[in-house]
Amino acid sequence: MSETIYIPEPATSFPGVGVSTDQGLLQWISSVDHKMIGIMYLLLALLFFLIGGVEALLMRIQLAEPVNHFLTPEAYDQIFTMHGTTMIFLVAMPAVFGFAVYFTPLMIGANEMAFPRMNSFSLWITFFGGLLLYFSFVAGGGPDAGWFNYAPLNEKNYSSSNGIDYYAMGLLLSGIGSVTTSINLIVTILHYRVKGMKLNKLPLFVWMILVNSFLLIAAFPSLNAALAMLLLDRQFQAHFFNTTNGGSALLWQHLFWIFGHPEVYIVILPPFGILSEVFPVFSRKPIFGYAFVAASSVAIALLAFGVWAHHMFAVGMGNTVDAFFSASSMLIGIPTGVKIFNWIATMYGGRIRFTVSMMFAIAFLIEFTIGGLSGIAFSIVPIDWQLTDTYYVVAHLHYVFIGGTIFGLLAGLFYWFPKMTGKMLEEKLGRWFFWLFVIGFNATFLVQHLLGILGMPRRVFTYPDLPWYGVLNFISTIGAFIMGASVLLLLYMVYKSIKGGKKAGKDPWDGFTLEWLTTSPPQLKNFDNVPVVHGRRPLWDWKHPDNPDQ
Amino acid sequence: MFGCLLYFPPMILLQSMENPASQQAEKINRLFNFFNIAALGMLLLVSFLVVFVCIRFKEKKEDAREPKQITGNKKVEALMIGVPALLLIWFFYQEVTTMNAVAAPLHPTGVPDVIITGHQWWWEVEYPKENVVTANEVHLPVDRPLLMELRSADVIHDWWVPELGNKMDLVPKINNYLRLDINKPGKYIGACSEFCGAQHAWMRINVIAENEKDFQNWLTANAKTAVVPTDSLAIKGAEIFQTETCANCHRIQGTASTSNVGPDLTHIASRDELLTGLMKNSEANLYEWISHPQQIKPAAHMPDFIFGKDTVEAIVHYLAQLK
Repeated sequence: MSETIYIPEPATSFPGVGVSTDQGLLQWISSVDHKMIGIMYLLLALLFFLIGGVEALLMRIQLAEPVNHFLTPEAYDQIFTMHGTTMIFLVAMPAVFGFAVYFTPLMIGANEMAFPRMNSFSLWITFFGGLLLYFSFVAGGGPDAGWFNYAPLNEKNYSSSNGIDYYAMGLLLSGIGSVTTSINLIVTILHYRVKGMKLNKLPLFVWMILVNSFLLIAAFPSLNAALAMLLLDRQFQAHFFNTTNGGSALLWQHLFWIFGHPEVYIVILPPFGILSEVFPVFSRKPIFGYAFVAASSVAIALLAFGVWAHHMFAVGMGNTVDAFFSASSMLIGIPTGVKIFNWIATMYGGRIRFTVSMMFAIAFLIEFTIGGLSGIAFSIVPIDWQLTDTYYVVAHLHYVFIGGTIFGLLAGLFYWFPKMTGKMLEEKLGRWFFWLFVIGFNATFLVQHLLGILGMPRRVFTYPDLPWYGVLNFISTIGAFIMGASVLLLLYMVYKSIKGGKKAGKDPWDGFTLEWLTTSPPQLKNFDNVPVVHGRRPLWDWKHPDNPDQ
Repeated sequence: MFGCLLYFPPMILLQSMENPASQQAEKINRLFNFFNIAALGMLLLVSFLVVFVCIRFKEKKEDAREPKQITGNKKVEALMIGVPALLLIWFFYQEVTTMNAVAAPLHPTGVPDVIITGHQWWWEVEYPKENVVTANEVHLPVDRPLLMELRSADVIHDWWVPELGNKMDLVPKINNYLRLDINKPGKYIGACSEFCGAQHAWMRINVIAENEKDFQNWLTANAKTAVVPTDSLAIKGAEIFQTETCANCHRIQGTASTSNVGPDLTHIASRDELLTGLMKNSEANLYEWISHPQQIKPAAHMPDFIFGKDTVEAIVHYLAQLK
């Protein structure tokens, strides 16, 4: 396959860590190399993660005690809106894309993405979308109607600053980047696989990326349409969502969640893929039930388009509609939840190495189970009627997005860091980071389940001094600061490991997939040649000619 | 892990969905308790398996052999899918039963007992059968079925009193309905649960459930028009209320002011709280509020006026008489 791939300039080695180049920053900015773009996606996610994290800490300071006056309600509303929007669109998605564009070509034995220039375009348009979104703060005020921005609160007569216009335009731009990346990944996976790697032999990470990319392309038009209609409403006095002029408040909710629920799976399927690589390698066994894990991701992608109204059980749709969306939501819970057992079964009978990557993967099993179970609570309509839009939801979604997505991405970071930089991440500091992060995370969000059950709605800038409210919120704030401290430790650890870490070598984990065949960091042209692949774990087959997979 | 915390004994005493006070809340709470048991069981199972596998199959330095390469097991996989699926089918059945027992019909016939209209950031409360209008403090009778109609005057709000059962959105241009059979008299607090703008946090709900006799007495008292002021300061206050801007937004029945942009003030002095839960109802607090509303509740639709001290005093003196 490699002879068909256009190798972009410059034709010398990858200017990664420890390899000097003359061009410096310009080389990064002008690069069309999938590995540099992957790293820049991860740095983009990191930048916005720090911003979104500071926003979270500001909120937690405000909520640390009842009737606090640290932030005004207007400031609080902008901060929680930007926190959610940032974490979903500018952290989770770019981080997922970072790993996807870096490792998809490597894992299928290709030397580049199908469209290297479009790859670069996708990165930068996402970045500029993010900048445009944040420019709102300079231009009179950030968006202030929540990340799902319900109508008619998002209309000019209720939100008169330009924040929501920047929200719409910023998300439209970064959405273009997401769609082009997905097209790029699909073509790469379908067209540039090494000889012998049939679709049913794809590494599960790549399989998840493939399904995910189709999911994303199908989900985004609904958001884009809604955003365009919103801009028409706000800029040209159209009346799609303006209820005072005959518009519909619920139309926005339908359009948004037809995108919004698949979006949740868009940021969880790739971490599922990462875990499906990490568990086998550190258990020294193949994945348990490859076919189920692969097929269930397709089931999730299809079902994801039939569950959106479970966000709307309290709007008064009637029992028939509610029951339909409840059934579909329970149904999607099965392929999502059963994977937990696949991963446990993968570990069963193995020889488990407790690297930091594996520790995050194992912690994911528990944290994501908590998030999944509280998700089932919301698929049961009467329970949803009590708990939706309370702190129970806040707890639930953070157990999914952090306990699921972020834990998966961190497992991926510790797993692939040696490949990306050529240096090992320091395991001892890594363990400190792991425990701080796990303790901080659970302290922040576990208590929020109780706050919801005790009647605290979400998105309140303050709360009355009711029994337990003050103490539970204070625990949550302390947890958030522990998490904040752990992120500083992570940054220090990454810096220290790049500066003076142990050299990684080609294959530090005794891996199974093709990325461990090339140098660390990979040379500009990933592979000089790749032998024909026969099984799902090509490196295992070559290392164990006596006991190959098939 | 979190399941056991749910049953933290002191919690039960608090305002919470775990302390139901209506038929609807009881049915939902029963389902929630089933769910908690199943969820806790599932979480314990997963935790146990993870811990067991981690201990049992930890790498042993002396044994460097690769483990047996197992790629799957059809029976185990069928079990993994089958058990959760059966559990969910059972919950679906329970859920539909509960929904039918709890929810009001989409388009009920008959006049609702009470109509709640959400405004940024207060509740308009109307009893159409008795032709009584009030605000924020919602009196309801116990031991009889109630039909509640929910509307919005501006953005989406949400009615939620955890002890009384399910929440319901107040959507502009749409009438939603709740069924309610309260079975214990008491004071129940709740909050608007759909983000509705800057003062969403201070859109608290205050429900006073009382027996039929007390409720009828309350209705009779509130059906009366407002007290006519007699002392000179109150007469001055009433005059300012009508001639300055107050009357443009607030209604006091029995006077010329009939607007519903702001809360009805006909019997404001009989209520416990001001500003949907933000402060206790007292003359001092009322004075603070009228003097500088935008400092007390920023972004509220009541603007800062340039009233002199004696003007505010007269208005407060007048309003404090509206029992």
